Amino acid sequence: MSNWEMVITVAIVAIGTLFTRFVSFLIFPPGKTAPPFVLFLGKALPASVMGMLVVYTFKETTVLTYPYGIPELIAFLVTVGLHLWKRNMLVSIAAGTIIYMIIVQNI
Amino acid sequence: MSNSSVISEQSHKGRHAFSYAFPIMLPVGVSFFFIGLGFGLYATSQGFSWWVPPVMAMTIFAGSMEFVTIGMLLAGFDPITALMLTLFVNGRHVFYGLSMLSKYVNMGWKWYPTVAWMCDESFAINATTKLPDDVDEKWFYFHVAWLNYAFWAFSTFMGGLFGNLLANYDLRGIDFVLPGLFIVIFLDMLLNARSHTIRIFGVVGAIVAIFMLIIFGKSTFMLLSMTFMLVACYIAYKWGGVHLE
Repeated sequence: MSNWEMVITVAIVAIGTLFTRFVSFLIFPPGKTAPPFVLFLGKALPASVMGMLVVYTFKETTVLTYPYGIPELIAFLVTVGLHLWKRNMLVSIAAGTIIYMIIVQNI
Repeated sequence: MSNSSVISEQSHKGRHAFSYAFPIMLPVGVSFFFIGLGFGLYATSQGFSWWVPPVMAMTIFAGSMEFVTIGMLLAGFDPITALMLTLFVNGRHVFYGLSMLSKYVNMGWKWYPTVAWMCDESFAINATTKLPDDVDEKWFYFHVAWLNYAFWAFSTFMGGLFGNLLANYDLRGIDFVLPGLFIVIFLDMLLNARSHTIRIFGVVGAIVAIFMLIIFGKSTFMLLSMTFMLVACYIAYKWGGVHLE
C-alpha cells in the first residue's frame, strides 16, 4: 500500500465509525419528538446492551480446553461478591483484577 | 444576568461535574492505559512508526477497529472491505445512540464531541451513572466523553514510544480491569433499576449474548444479539403491552 492508500484507508475507517455514532441522532434529531417506541428503546436497551457488554469482555475466554475458563469464573465471582458486600466500585474492580493476575501468571 | 456571570456559572458547573466524573473514569483510565500500551506495541512491532498508533487513536477512536485497521494497512488496498468491516465492527454504536437519544439533547457545543467520542465505556457510564442533583448532567456526559478520548490518545502515544519497555514486566491478566468495570456497572444497574422490567431486559440481554456467542462466534454475536433484542423489544412493546415509565 502506498502512503496515500494508507491515509485513505484510515480516513474511511474514521468516517465510517463517526457515521455509526451519529446516525441514530440524524434519523431522530433532537428537538423533534421521537416515536414512542424509540423512547421505549431508550429505557429498555441500556440494561440489555450493558449485559451484552459484560459477555463481550469475556469473548476470548477458553472454555473447552485447559484452564476451562476457571480463572475468569473466579475473578468474576470475586468481583460480584465483593461488590454486593461493599458496593465500592474501585475495590471490587481492583480485587478481581489482582486475583485474576495472580491466577493466570501462576498456572 | 450579565454575560460574565453566565460564563462564571457555566465554568463552575463544568468544574463541579468534572470533579464528579474524574474518579468514576479512573478504572477506564487504567484499562485504556494498558490496552493502549498494547496497541502501541503491536503497531510498532508490525513496522509502523511511533506516531501511527496515537494518530489512529485520535482519528478512528475505536479500540478493536484500530487493531483491525493495522491488519488492513498491511494487506492490499481495499476501501470497500474497509468500510464494510468498520460498519460491522462498530455497528453497536447505533444502539448506544438509540439509547441516548433523550439524554444527549440541549447540550450546545458539547453535543458534537460527546457523540463523536461515544464508545463502549462512555456509553456504559453515561447511561447508568446516577447523578446527584447538584451535578450538571450535560457537563458530566461531556467530561466522560473527552476523558475517554484523552486517556486513549495518551495511552497509545505512550505505547508507540515506550511499549517495548513493557515486555520486561509480567502484566498478564491486567486486562481484567475492563470486564471488572462492566461487571460492576451492570450489577449497579440491576440493583438500582427503577422497575423489575428493566432488570429482566438486562438479564435477557446477557443470556441472549451468551447464546449468540456460542452459536455464531465472537465476530458477529454482538450485532446479532442487539438486533435480536431490538426485535424482542418491538414485540414486547407492540403486542406484549410492556411499557416503561
